[in-house]
Amino acid sequence: MPPVSRALWRSVDEPAAGSDGHGPHDAHPLEFSPSRRDFMRLAAASLALAGAGCSPPAEEITPYVKSDGEPVPGVPRYFATAMSLGGAAIGVLARSDMGRPTKIEGNPTHPSSLGATDVWAQAAVLELWDPRRSQTVRRGALPMSREAFFSALGARLERLRARGGEGLRVLTRYVDSPTLEAQLRAVLERFPAARRHVWEPLHRDNSVEGARLAFGRVLEPVYRFDRADVVVALDADFLREGPGRVRYARDFAARRRADGRAGAMSRVYAIESRPTLAGAMADHRVALPVAGIERWLAQLDGQLRGAESDDPRVRAAAADLAASAGRALIVAGESLPPGAHALVHALNDALGAPGQTLQYIAPVAAAESCTASLRELTGDMHAGRVDTLLVLGGNPVYDAPADLAFGDALARVPFSAHLALRRDETSAAATWHVPATHFLEHWSDARAHDGTASVVQPLIAPLYGGTSPHALLAAVAGEPDADGHRRVRRTWTLRQAQGEREFENFWRDSLREGVVRGSAAAPVSARPRGVPYSPPAGPAGWSVRFVEDASVRDGEFAANAWLQELPRPDSKLTWDNAALLAPGSAAVLGVRTGDLVEIEAGAARVRAPVWVLPGQAEGAIAIALGYGRGTGVDAYPLRASGSPWEVRDAHVRRSDGRHAFATTQEHARMEGRDPVRRAAIADFEAGDFDLGKEQPEESLYPEWRYEGYRWGMAIDLGACIGCNACTIACQAENNIPTVGKDQVARGREMHWIRVDRYYEGDAAAPRTLFQPVPCMQCENAPCEEVCPVGATVHDSEGVNVQVYNRCVGTRFCSNNCPYKVRRFNFLQFADRESESLKAMRNPEVTVRMRGVMEKCNYCLQRITRARIETEREGRRIADGEVVTACQAACPAEAIVFGDLNDPKSRVIAAKRSPLEYALLGELNTRPRTTYLARLFNPNPDIEEG
Amino acid sequence: MAEVLRGRWGYASITDKIADIVLTRPVHWVWALVFGAAASGALFFFGAMGYLFVRGIGIWGVDIPVAWGYAIGNFVWWIGIGHAGTFISAFLLLLRQKWRNSINRFAEAMTLFAAGIAGVWPILHLGRPWFFYWLTPYPNVMELWPQWRSPLVWDIFAISTYLIVSLLFWYVGLVPDLATLRDRAHTRAKQVVYGLLALGWRGEARHWARFETAYLLLAGLAAPLVISVHSVVSLDFAVGNTPGWHSTLFPPYFVAGALFSGFAMVLTLAIPMRHFFGLQDFITARHLDHAAKIMLATGLIVAYGYFMEIFTAFYSGDEYEIYMTLNRMAGPYAPVYWLLMACNVIAPQLLWFRRVRRTVWLLFVLSIVINVGMWSERFMIVVTSLHRDFLPSSWGMFYPTGWDWSMLAGSIGLFTMLFLLFVRFLPAISIFEMREIAREERE
Repeated sequence: MPPVSRALWRSVDEPAAGSDGHGPHDAHPLEFSPSRRDFMRLAAASLALAGAGCSPPAEEITPYVKSDGEPVPGVPRYFATAMSLGGAAIGVLARSDMGRPTKIEGNPTHPSSLGATDVWAQAAVLELWDPRRSQTVRRGALPMSREAFFSALGARLERLRARGGEGLRVLTRYVDSPTLEAQLRAVLERFPAARRHVWEPLHRDNSVEGARLAFGRVLEPVYRFDRADVVVALDADFLREGPGRVRYARDFAARRRADGRAGAMSRVYAIESRPTLAGAMADHRVALPVAGIERWLAQLDGQLRGAESDDPRVRAAAADLAASAGRALIVAGESLPPGAHALVHALNDALGAPGQTLQYIAPVAAAESCTASLRELTGDMHAGRVDTLLVLGGNPVYDAPADLAFGDALARVPFSAHLALRRDETSAAATWHVPATHFLEHWSDARAHDGTASVVQPLIAPLYGGTSPHALLAAVAGEPDADGHRRVRRTWTLRQAQGEREFENFWRDSLREGVVRGSAAAPVSARPRGVPYSPPAGPAGWSVRFVEDASVRDGEFAANAWLQELPRPDSKLTWDNAALLAPGSAAVLGVRTGDLVEIEAGAARVRAPVWVLPGQAEGAIAIALGYGRGTGVDAYPLRASGSPWEVRDAHVRRSDGRHAFATTQEHARMEGRDPVRRAAIADFEAGDFDLGKEQPEESLYPEWRYEGYRWGMAIDLGACIGCNACTIACQAENNIPTVGKDQVARGREMHWIRVDRYYEGDAAAPRTLFQPVPCMQCENAPCEEVCPVGATVHDSEGVNVQVYNRCVGTRFCSNNCPYKVRRFNFLQFADRESESLKAMRNPEVTVRMRGVMEKCNYCLQRITRARIETEREGRRIADGEVVTACQAACPAEAIVFGDLNDPKSRVIAAKRSPLEYALLGELNTRPRTTYLARLFNPNPDIEEG
Repeated sequence: MAEVLRGRWGYASITDKIADIVLTRPVHWVWALVFGAAASGALFFFGAMGYLFVRGIGIWGVDIPVAWGYAIGNFVWWIGIGHAGTFISAFLLLLRQKWRNSINRFAEAMTLFAAGIAGVWPILHLGRPWFFYWLTPYPNVMELWPQWRSPLVWDIFAISTYLIVSLLFWYVGLVPDLATLRDRAHTRAKQVVYGLLALGWRGEARHWARFETAYLLLAGLAAPLVISVHSVVSLDFAVGNTPGWHSTLFPPYFVAGALFSGFAMVLTLAIPMRHFFGLQDFITARHLDHAAKIMLATGLIVAYGYFMEIFTAFYSGDEYEIYMTLNRMAGPYAPVYWLLMACNVIAPQLLWFRRVRRTVWLLFVLSIVINVGMWSERFMIVVTSLHRDFLPSSWGMFYPTGWDWSMLAGSIGLFTMLFLLFVRFLPAISIFEMREIAREERE
């Protein structure tokens, strides 16, 4: 890999270390109101932005079902579109405020979303409005016009045509867009000697090869966790990684609640090499390096075939699976080798899973091995057989396997162009860099994890005049019509083969609903072949496990401040990755958190700071990919094409130096205080459980009567998977600034809803408990009593509101808040300068200045909007009409919000559960946000601990 | 028992001695040196305030959960120091403790400067300090009043009342001496300034009669304020629900602590002052002995407070209180706890010994030790209580920044500068009250 200049990354990354991309140090020093002259200047700038920078797409776009009708100024409209990530799309509704996309919600009609989103969808608006997005075409470092690039490309293509496209290569990520797929085919038709390649750093090659082993062809499983009574997850974080994660979380959580029916709750076994969300939700969890998981799988296989394992957990899991045939499911993670995948297919088949708990479909995007594809490409590049390379997205110079030396190979290609949102390593190494459009800026289409297609419609004309991959390929294919809208329509005209009028209806419905009806992939029935499988012997040295980062994924989102500052679910680290070590392994190496270790694998060496993480597999180091640019450590140099997920015989030793981390939760134990209460389902059903609930104390004062609405919330800890979608959704909804790593390290992060993570039990094999904590909206709010200026008060509907205008910043309220949910603007954290960030913000929410306290207020702006609408119609707000941002994003439906005065509301139903309890109820704060205790469904045959 | 006034002093010689410090004595190089250092500190303090107003309180180490830090600790510390003066002047006057006459003037000045500096900290501490007046009830178009349930509002009243009454009391007590200075001044400027300040005092019997009444009335007014101001300050904490704050013990415990640190500061100032200005006959060993005894007594009350806190934590059985207590003793801030125990509980036990109370340099060291200890106590109350309260997930640490330390140092500089100016421009010892003592001694 050629050295990437730090200056480049400074320009891309470091400003992101501040608030909304601005360092607090860059903030304007004086906070007094602007003078009239300033005001006029700002107003003019805003007008200019509204007029020039920010205009609707040229073509007609169709709002989502519920936003039909004429646009009304000040009333947001929602448009259905879809966001692709890693070869599968999630259907989303993008909120448009006067043409500006400001917030992403899930699309309830879309099978991968069902109304929820993941953290990346929530961060998409910041991706769009990021002022540091690439804005100009460049040849080398030289800014060029877009026309210059296309004429250079045209000239090149003319020469290529003469030899049938010999030397032309197109490198994409996983392609889940039917239109892009068709265009790639058209390119190959025009240039028969050209080749297309695919590289996805978080690829699914092992699944692909495993399916090929088992079925003789590539098939993809689509899981039905809602139908599974017993789930065995083998190093598979199906709640956070891979296609379908949001839908799976919903299905999974549906089976983790106590709904009164016996056997309604599923039982989950997680055998994994690093802490995952699935593992945290599991009833039984075993932490092993990958080789150990393979052996565990082999034992399970043996046990199911009648052999006797000496591991009681294997015996119990096998018995559970066998007893639940037809309702059992084994999920294999990407780190397992193809043979293990094939064995899992066979076991699932034997357990009667196909057609019940899983379905096979033809692959949506991962149809071939990326590694093989990229190896072939780099081989040809090294050999000088490639003279024109188009890289559509991705960043292979940074993330290609180290042994393929993609960067060196790229230097040998005379003409290369990289289409990307940001100028990154590949852009710098390619001869041309072309700024790409964001998915909210272009027409496209995309397929979900189950194959369902959506049309991607833009909400806004490209902010910086970027080029979409479709437009680039259209130029290559020699299409005369460069219009993205017509091209996507044409794809679907060809597919639908119907009359013009029917097509118009079809098109409008598809845009309105955000899905193409009936486009889900047809289930394929296939019987796996028995493939002999022998697990490897134990690893010789340290196992180094490369994992998808919960925030930056493969590095794609490394410049997104919201994601960087989002605490990683397991470690609660921000702005960093680390060598995650189990406590025992750390003791062996003689290191503690913050020390450095040197990891040596093959010829590569990486120095990484240690984070001791309970629940990490002993003898295995997990390290997240995607860092090393401005923050964290780049693990890609260790990652070779033959060992994409795990290096088995690495050498690790202690190194000199210390590293300072920024974490949002320093203390991981509950100290016997039991903020997260738990119960086993068997005890719960037998009525034999004690949540230690406190009775509210008597008061001398009469109870306040709420005549109208009385808002309240319930959070189901049994359903919460700890994914952080609520935190980032709240950040996007409420204009919450980011503060940067140094400020997080000082304890000044601003998230209004945080997800606490506690460990219970032995540090080597702990149980992980998650607890989202927003403002509890106490009835006896301790914050209100101590505010000297009355800046925090109860409103008539029981919400504890914060009056920013009135706040002088004594911070007494925060001291007196036993939940510590209040956040203070110690400095000017919100970026009040960048024009594009102004356009991104929710116009219904104040941007706070420094010196004021802020906190969750149940999305008051959403309540107000619903009130305005219903008052106009002369009716009460119905249950479910106000959905808070956290609730909307939650894939597990763990958060329920509603009117406590409405006896039929879902929140009342939730609060009637015997599992309901108030956090720190003994303080008599009488919180309106209460919790449902976490339920477990342990196998009685397994003695824990 | 040593006497209150040592040697043979008459009316004239007392007046000469004290007034000469102000009127004729040339500037001593030690004074100039200390003044230079203190004035630089004060200048820095004002500069730092400016920077603070521009950048925001994020320049300090405060965070969530420790949203209050040095600013509040310093506030309580300074207001505590500002206790001894009024206590000496008012309480001891009412109790007819004549020995107070030689130390009340500068102790009151100390009170004023300390309370004034204390009053600055809560404003600096605000997120938006330019709106500090919103804490006061003033007529405004929004028809908004402060929120009366908040102890911070009570604080505003307690401190401002205390400041005003202390200022009046001090000024009224100064009037006869200002007249003396007016009469003895050699330059026109001094005559005019002191003359204006003396409010036409001519020393008539009528004047003296009215003066005595007014002074006694003000003393009666000031005495309860000594108790109330720090009681109210303590409510800033005691009304909160944080373990380590929520305690009915706080008002008396804070008042005792305030007197403890106040008398320590009296000694810290008196000992160098009597040394450099040769006032050993006025501020005698007996004065130092008395002050030391009061420190011992109040120190014992403070120690009682510490032990009762521990006792109630365990007696209540409240897990948060128990944890807080153990965390103070063995948590990350344990050194602060043991420092204050050493300074405030163990060190003052030396004062049981007469030899110690009569050893001037040792008293001076002890007074510094006690002030360090009392500052540590405020750090413990503010920071250690907040950093680990109810939910372990929210536990955090507080690390002071350079700004925290330097602004504390700057405020000490400002205080020292003001005191040095006071010594040079006003009679640091009450002339007329000393004359009273001289008369009584003769009788």
